[in-house]
Amino acid sequence: MLGTKKVGSVMIVGGGVTGMQAALDLADSGYYVYLVEKSGAIGGAMAQLDKTFPTNDCSM
Amino acid sequence: MTLSEVVGVDGIAGDFNVTVKESPRYVDVDKCIACGACTEKCPKKVDSEYDAATGKRKAIYVKYAQAVPLKYQIDPNSCIRLKKPGACGFCETVCDAGAINFNDTEKMHQINVGAIVLAPGFEAYDPTEAGVWGFGTNPNVITALQLERYLSASGPTEGHLIRPSDGKPARKVAFLQCVGSRDENLCGNGYCSSVCCMYAIKEAVIAKDHVPGLQTTIFYMDMRTHGKEFDLYLERAKNDSGVRFVRCRVNGVETDGVGGDCRLSYVNEDGRQLEEFYDLVVLSVGLQTPKHVLELAKTADIKLTAANFAATSDFAPVQTSREGIFTCGAIAGPKDIPQSVVEGSAAAAAVSDLLAPARHELTSEPSFPTEKDITGEEPRIGVFVCHCGSNIAGVVDVKSVEDYAATLPDVVYVERNLFSCSQDTQDMITKRIQEQNLNRIVIAACTPRTHEPLFRETLKAAGLNEYLVEMANIRNHDSWVHVQDPKGATAKAKDLVRMAVAKVTYGDSLRPISVPITQKCLVIGGGVAGMTSALNLAEQGFEVDLVEQTDTLGGNALHLKHTWSGEHVPTQVAKLVDKVMRNEKILLHKEARVSAVEGFVGNFRSTVTTKDGKTKVVEHGAGIIATGGEPFTPTEYNYDSITRVVTSVQFDKLFELKEQHVKSARRFVFIQCVGSREGDNMYCSKVCCTHSVQSAIALKKENPERNVYILYRDMRTYGQRESLYKQARKLGVVFINYELHGKPKVSEAGNMVAVEVWDHVLHRPLKIECDLVILATAVRPKVDASDLGKLYKVPVDGHGFFQEAHAKLRPVDFSTDGMFVAGLAHYPKPIEESVAQALAASSRAATLLSKTSVSLDAIKATVDENYCDGCALCVDVCPYHAISLVDRPEGNGKIIRVNKAQCKGCGLCQGTCPKRGVFVAGFTMQQISAQVQAALAV
Repeated sequence: MLGTKKVGSVMIVGGGVTGMQAALDLADSGYYVYLVEKSGAIGGAMAQLDKTFPTNDCSM
Repeated sequence: MTLSEVVGVDGIAGDFNVTVKESPRYVDVDKCIACGACTEKCPKKVDSEYDAATGKRKAIYVKYAQAVPLKYQIDPNSCIRLKKPGACGFCETVCDAGAINFNDTEKMHQINVGAIVLAPGFEAYDPTEAGVWGFGTNPNVITALQLERYLSASGPTEGHLIRPSDGKPARKVAFLQCVGSRDENLCGNGYCSSVCCMYAIKEAVIAKDHVPGLQTTIFYMDMRTHGKEFDLYLERAKNDSGVRFVRCRVNGVETDGVGGDCRLSYVNEDGRQLEEFYDLVVLSVGLQTPKHVLELAKTADIKLTAANFAATSDFAPVQTSREGIFTCGAIAGPKDIPQSVVEGSAAAAAVSDLLAPARHELTSEPSFPTEKDITGEEPRIGVFVCHCGSNIAGVVDVKSVEDYAATLPDVVYVERNLFSCSQDTQDMITKRIQEQNLNRIVIAACTPRTHEPLFRETLKAAGLNEYLVEMANIRNHDSWVHVQDPKGATAKAKDLVRMAVAKVTYGDSLRPISVPITQKCLVIGGGVAGMTSALNLAEQGFEVDLVEQTDTLGGNALHLKHTWSGEHVPTQVAKLVDKVMRNEKILLHKEARVSAVEGFVGNFRSTVTTKDGKTKVVEHGAGIIATGGEPFTPTEYNYDSITRVVTSVQFDKLFELKEQHVKSARRFVFIQCVGSREGDNMYCSKVCCTHSVQSAIALKKENPERNVYILYRDMRTYGQRESLYKQARKLGVVFINYELHGKPKVSEAGNMVAVEVWDHVLHRPLKIECDLVILATAVRPKVDASDLGKLYKVPVDGHGFFQEAHAKLRPVDFSTDGMFVAGLAHYPKPIEESVAQALAASSRAATLLSKTSVSLDAIKATVDENYCDGCALCVDVCPYHAISLVDRPEGNGKIIRVNKAQCKGCGLCQGTCPKRGVFVAGFTMQQISAQVQAALAV
């Protein structure tokens, strides 16, 4: 069901890489974003990783 | 909103009311400046979640060193004071900022939003309960996430790989794959977690880098390295790093003796029972949906799959069963970082499609007072020296730095702050700038990397140009690294302040550059990816030019019948084509290609040439390359000479048409990896394993009496596709593994085809006489991809697929601003991944197109016409192709021109120029020279 009212804000639930990417894109294209994170800081699982392949870049 | 959870979702798409529960942090985030004094004093230690229990944290803690927000929190489950009022409370005593609040309470928020994106992620499978691996009883059995922490410089051992049982260096490490994946008996997770093969290889390679001579062995069933560049990484791990790979499933780990050695017994491919000992066993744990996410799914009222992942369609991979609620990341199936990032952007595109009418309604641009003109004014410099709690003041004699700064030329005001970055100090600095009529500012504190934007805003708020501030990093470069030498550190702080003052004296007001944007997009390629991108952007309200090389929309999907989850491809493609054709905002150019390109981000001009030679110039702000791939035509297995040897796409057509010699056939052999994963084509085509398994299932279902064989190297039915592999085995499809050095041989045998292959289970050659051989052929890049790439200055990789800007974090962006990539043009992938990538490309393009102009940093290369003699040395060194050589307007020789939109202000041109003909604003020769002289002056 789709209402006629459209609110120009979005809630993202989860502040890992995917949630942050969604939040950034939406904020950058003109929407007000609420980023809701369960823990005390955003970053998610990727922040726990040491390095990432294929370049062995630091995950931070 | 941190420490927050969604507990209620009411309303409908476009207008939801969400209830969010915010748990108390017990630390006031406006006051906490993350000095760390509280953690130092806190007496309570518990396992750190961040370190996956390999290390400890205190009851008051920050999640990790680089956490955002960098604010402390108290864990109510371990805090002594919160459990027993009146006890402990050390943190409150030492907190100079007065940020501790033991009376903090839970808060409920009602939030009105138009759409919701669920991105709650996954949890790693906990191998404790299964028991068989010795996890939890033998300390030398750890999970891959724990190894990740041991290997990290910020981890518990600062990157030293040790045996947890005795702290001795590890010499021999085994990785066990599929722990908590592809296993319904022990863990109930029948699916493949998709990411573990690759992360195990990475960890093995990095562990070997950390410990020279380390032996690493990976025990696996199938190596599923199906992503871009993954097979190359696998080959390097095998051949260059010397990681050992053993194909077998190890079912248990036993502790040998008191030392904690790990004994593995397994049956190798020759059928021999072997026993090996290891210092450390790493369990490659799978991904699963945590309990709290199942509750969230219930709250949001969305449907889940049998494996407890969010149910989505292959043609709408981020749309849940409830309109207005979208997903991205591992909630909709296990996936790696690039695919998660892609889906993040894809979800944004899907939201934008829904909410486009309300775009910009709730956002506002911050407003600042009119900027003061300082032209002709004598410098009046203000210096603010930060204590950073005890971070700086604990080492550096800040009072003496303050007194010293006051003696420097043009410095008219000096002040010390406990925390220069805190909100009240910001307000105070603004006030001082106005009161004291300051026109240059030096902040002696921390790093400009994190704090310069903040201080620039402070200057703007005071009506001063934001570029008139300079930071002296007396923390990271000084107090932190010279903690043992306070006297030396104080002297160095003075040097740094003197240098900053010297540089800012010659600072100028700089204006950010504004570049107008043509709010239109050009999409090249009319396949599923291109059409999806075009349609999404059009529905967001942007005009789109869609260029298709042939006379038909649909691309490679026109040859496909079903997605892996069974959706009918022709129906969905027809719908997509219909929507594209009907959309008034999409202008379709059929039988056309891009022949020339000019311009840059926001202002491209592409020439589109049709088959009959007509040209049209399209102006566009952004561009998406979705030109697809091509099926490989086999050159082996006698494909040319035996008519009963066909490709999988040819087989699909014969099967659908119920061709007599297929319908009556009894024996079928599928050969995998034809044209993939060998020689110059060391990449996996990603879709062929699933395709063959699906065809095999269809054959068996039609007639269970048939014999169907699949000859494979590694079965790569990743993610939830694993259920198809399982179903095929159940139906009696025979899977035979072959190695690259023992490829099957195909020959004609009368009316039949003979296939010879070495059977690893029976340990003898096998000859199968069959009616039909089906070759699972590779996906190749378009032969003309690099030509198109050159026009837009975007690169292709070694295999000929387009190369994204960053493999992990910018998977659809090109390094050329304003250009994006989607679909097979980037790498072979199934439909749902193409669609997600196409939506992601639209989202990235929309971040540009939703603005009328883009504001660029003022730190840009600037030509000095008096000195530039057009030698063009700088043209070659510029990594961004921002400099071009042009005729001087007066007609006397050449001069360089900088495209400010492309310039990143790196300064290579300035360093190369022998004649001071080009400089970077904010880093003029005068500024740098003053700074260097100040450094040398004592």
